[in-house]
Amino acid sequence: MAKNNKLELVTRGLIKENPVLRLVLGTCPTLAVTTMAVNGLGMGVAATFVLICSNIVISALRKIIPDKVRIPAFITVIAGFVTVVQMLVKAFLPALDTALGVFLPLIVVNCIILGRAEAFASKNNVVDSALDGLGMGLGFTLTLTIMGAIREFLGSGAVFGFAIPGMDKFALSVMTSAPGGFLIFGVLMAAAVKLELANPSKLGDGNGCAGGCLGCPYACGKEEGGNA
Amino acid sequence: MAKLASIFFSMMLVNNYVLVKFMGICPFLGVSKKLDSSVGMSAAVTFVMLMATAATWPIYNYLLIPNGLEYLSTIAFILIIAALVQLVEIILKKYIPGLYSSLGVYLPLITTNCAILGVTLLNVESGYTFVESMVASAGAGIGFLIAMVLFTGVRSTLEYAKPPKSFEGLPITLVAASLVAVSFMGFGGIIESLFGTF
Repeated sequence: MAKNNKLELVTRGLIKENPVLRLVLGTCPTLAVTTMAVNGLGMGVAATFVLICSNIVISALRKIIPDKVRIPAFITVIAGFVTVVQMLVKAFLPALDTALGVFLPLIVVNCIILGRAEAFASKNNVVDSALDGLGMGLGFTLTLTIMGAIREFLGSGAVFGFAIPGMDKFALSVMTSAPGGFLIFGVLMAAAVKLELANPSKLGDGNGCAGGCLGCPYACGKEEGGNA
Repeated sequence: MAKLASIFFSMMLVNNYVLVKFMGICPFLGVSKKLDSSVGMSAAVTFVMLMATAATWPIYNYLLIPNGLEYLSTIAFILIIAALVQLVEIILKKYIPGLYSSLGVYLPLITTNCAILGVTLLNVESGYTFVESMVASAGAGIGFLIAMVLFTGVRSTLEYAKPPKSFEGLPITLVAASLVAVSFMGFGGIIESLFGTF
């Protein structure tokens, strides 16, 4: 996986190894903040920033960090960057801070970030790790924004805060609350599977679990320990 | 007392961590296939939630606040939780092997469970006292248990269903979770009518 060209590193996070729909990582923020497209975008950008920075630092320190304490070390690095993001968002985007609430500090325990640190950054050089962080972050941001747009459109008849004329009569407020989140996520995931079934050539090794599960072994919903 | 009861029930039912606040989705989807593993996971989560709250609350209020270090709460809490989980694992292994054999496998996964960090952060954010925080954590943990057990029942029925090919596996599970979440929406407003304004 390390020998792939640089562009591949960035683009594979978008569809083939999309962290949310294919690797099923970071489900909690995906469901929680996508009530509006703007919130999804904000969450995605915040997580991407943390992902790139932590990937760079962890990759640079990969020969110094002892193997036994690597997970606590990774978490400390990640938590540091999350605190930076938290303070930046509080200072410059107070509205987003209110909308994301506790999910902003919870980026620390986002499986995508620890998963990429463990599966990629701790084994690859700094440039590749930064690109991997960028690609995964973009995939995360894209998915969250699309899901946010769908939920916002169905739930309040608007997209990015702009009301669609005539849609407000058909708004289903349940879509912006918890059940709608699960439903749209399930449908989107089915759509991603459908897309792959239609183009089997694009399939990687047959399952989306590309080793990212290490930070979050249960996320796949597969048999325990069946695929790590 | 009424305040404590209202915190407890609101954490357990109205603001259920899994089905309303979307925290701890990973174990919710991953370990809910069998009843004994979902009960074991929930017990471990509840246990660590209580321990984590008992450890983070004094640290936040007596160490971070007096020194003006509130902004470090994220780092401090996640490190406390990680250390605590390790400690609990070691102690259980040595002194209560029976409990360890039933909870042990779930403990390492709990560090990255956002429900734990979420409950500690929300407790200090809401300005709860120590007792209120503990009650809130207990409510959150039991709410997690209820959601897990209910969903395990739904999933065992789901095993016999035959969804379209692209919905097989996780997608249909999420749709089922959506229906379980609908049932929890019914609890909205129950706290206000039971305990007055909250």
